[in-house]
Amino acid sequence: MAESMAHQSAEQVRPVSAAGRRRRRASQDGKGWIFVGPFLAVFALTFLAPIGYAIYLSLYRNQAFFGGKVFVGIDNYTEALQDPKFWEAFGRVAAFLVVQVPIMLILALLAALAIDSARLHASGFFRIVIFLPYAVPGVVAVLMWGYIYGDNFGLAANLNDLFGTTAIQPLSAHWMLPSIANIVTWEFVGYNMLIFYSALRTVPGELYEAAAIDGAGTFRTIRAVKLPALRGAIVIATIFSIIGSFQLFNEPNILRTLAPNVITTYYTPNMYAYNLSFAGQQFNYSATIAIVMGVITAIIAYVVQLRGSRESL
Amino acid sequence: MKVHRRGIRRLVVAGAAVIALAAVAACGGGSSNDSASGGATTGSSDAVDAALKAGGEITYWSWTPSAEAQVKAFMAQYPNVKVNYVNAGTGNDHYTKLQNAIKAGSGAPDVAQIEYQALPQFALPGSLADLNQYGFSQYESAYTASTWAAVHAGSGLYGLPQDSGPMALFYNKEVFDKYGIAVPKTWDEYVAAAKKLHAANPKAYITNDSGDAGFTTSMIWQAGGQPFKTDGKNISINLADDGSKKWTGTWNNLVEGGLVSQIPGWTDEWFKALGDGTIATLPTGAWMPGVMESSVKAGAGKWRVAPMPTYDGQPATAENGGSTESVLKQSKNPALAAAFVRWLNHDEGVKPFLASGGFPATTADLKDSAFVDKASAYFGGQKINQVLTAAAGNVVKGWSYLPYELYANSIYGDTVGKAYQSKSDLNAGLKSWQDALVTYGNQQGFQVNP
Repeated sequence: MAESMAHQSAEQVRPVSAAGRRRRRASQDGKGWIFVGPFLAVFALTFLAPIGYAIYLSLYRNQAFFGGKVFVGIDNYTEALQDPKFWEAFGRVAAFLVVQVPIMLILALLAALAIDSARLHASGFFRIVIFLPYAVPGVVAVLMWGYIYGDNFGLAANLNDLFGTTAIQPLSAHWMLPSIANIVTWEFVGYNMLIFYSALRTVPGELYEAAAIDGAGTFRTIRAVKLPALRGAIVIATIFSIIGSFQLFNEPNILRTLAPNVITTYYTPNMYAYNLSFAGQQFNYSATIAIVMGVITAIIAYVVQLRGSRESL
Repeated sequence: MKVHRRGIRRLVVAGAAVIALAAVAACGGGSSNDSASGGATTGSSDAVDAALKAGGEITYWSWTPSAEAQVKAFMAQYPNVKVNYVNAGTGNDHYTKLQNAIKAGSGAPDVAQIEYQALPQFALPGSLADLNQYGFSQYESAYTASTWAAVHAGSGLYGLPQDSGPMALFYNKEVFDKYGIAVPKTWDEYVAAAKKLHAANPKAYITNDSGDAGFTTSMIWQAGGQPFKTDGKNISINLADDGSKKWTGTWNNLVEGGLVSQIPGWTDEWFKALGDGTIATLPTGAWMPGVMESSVKAGAGKWRVAPMPTYDGQPATAENGGSTESVLKQSKNPALAAAFVRWLNHDEGVKPFLASGGFPATTADLKDSAFVDKASAYFGGQKINQVLTAAAGNVVKGWSYLPYELYANSIYGDTVGKAYQSKSDLNAGLKSWQDALVTYGNQQGFQVNP
């Protein structure tokens, strides 16, 4: 990909070499920096500095009570890579990712195609209703679902009473992850639907006309026109979802009060980093976990990006 | 191609967002160990009086229900002192902010509420001022023995006790009468009552326990266990000592037998279950009546209080919860801060605290017949304070918490909680808790179980 990029930019530069030279001279005056400066300053302050500081932290070990700061090199990283708690947490969000993200994106895709199909009455209403959960603050949403899931007094309890069973236990160890997946799906289907829908709106009408003239039916049009047009949007939605899955925090953290023994302090990598830091004062190791997780996420997102940009989906 | 390039930029931004979470971890960092210096002025009882006369401004962090009223009353009495009251959250939220301010070296209050179980965690690294320097050791006789011990770490005195939580057995008399259950005096009787109740009504449980570190430590305390001992850098942890085993020997019957409700405490479900008879008893601290009156309205008239069941029938109990107010080392005016603490928990401040339904640590109030013999309408007219004040005198001696009790509590669900979840042997859970605590202690520079 880097190669094709370079190729492309070389193509762009060549025909306007005269203008390019003038621009280069201008940049030597330093005027450009005046425009870029504010951005760079904020970028460095809020983005590069924290990352740099986290990396710095991850190379030390600080004892909360006695001793002090010791340089330990990559010891924290070696520990993290061998930490069963970290890998348990990682495995959990990975499983979550593999199951939940496809379900959510397919639902979002179906919703977007349905609303775009122009066969739906009151499509604006559906668009708003599907999007609405995204507008509910995440914390409120989880609290609400907590009530629904409660198997002593919540909706789950009522259903159990109704059917005379105790089978519905959304907060038990076996069902917790699917229960969280359900909340996340509910929250984000509308958001992804909107991404897909807006991509569909950019398809020029001529393409549909051409498809119709060629005798394409609804499904043929979806396959030949709409899905190819959606490819970029799907790749982006997938990447956002991957990042969201790896960053899973709010939902399990809030449900923890309802199921403290099911959701451990290292239920997800983010929760692990958070609890190491704020419950255990292990800031150095916490920073290490966060960096390792960040790198893994970046790699996976990058691979998805590479695959997604190929011709076939 | 356009999509392609935009995608790359998005990827960079997205990847960056992920790495930025590292910043969350980074925020908590900062160089430490400089917090111990500064503000280490020595003073005396006179210095406290002088500071109070001179006046000034201090900041006070607390989540005590009466805190605001107390601050108002204090400032009315000493108009030249300005107290900035901040509710920085309850429990862990409060401690996290306090810990961060201490680490940062600035921003901590002059006076902070700290629970007894958390006191060593702040006292041992030198974050709190030793009040012995102001001659506060003279107030020893004003407090119960157990709370006076609780405000010490080593030989240092790090606060004056605000309240106490001697444990008693709160029980739903209506449920007991309905199923013909007598109030248990021993833990064996308690287990028998649990079986009888659950057999008679499968929806009812003797109590709820889904695993709670504070409850576990208090129960081990009551059984005479001393699993945590700290001497400077040396810590010994033994969660399989006689007391611990005594407790698991009883409690395993309830957990393994599925005789305790899994409803976690302090949730809406819990309050509801306390009101409708689903949970029939609560072995808990003497501060519970206030909570029940405000949050379990449906239980009015149904509940009563009895002494804690014991292992041999002889009275014995433990403390559960309770707080002190401490002076931070960071304070610019520690003498004035100490004066405020003295007023809060020794002088006039105790009155507004009691008025809000608090349970005192001061012996004079515990003996005051107006307090002891007060009939409680919520508890069917029972003079509950007779039971509770008697409990305050029966607290088993010799208990101490870990210097990192807050961390210990935070990982309780990861370890002992698993035993609760699988309804299996609590000893195995305590073992894995101990292992994790030993590892952590050694990482933090202690010598644990050398």
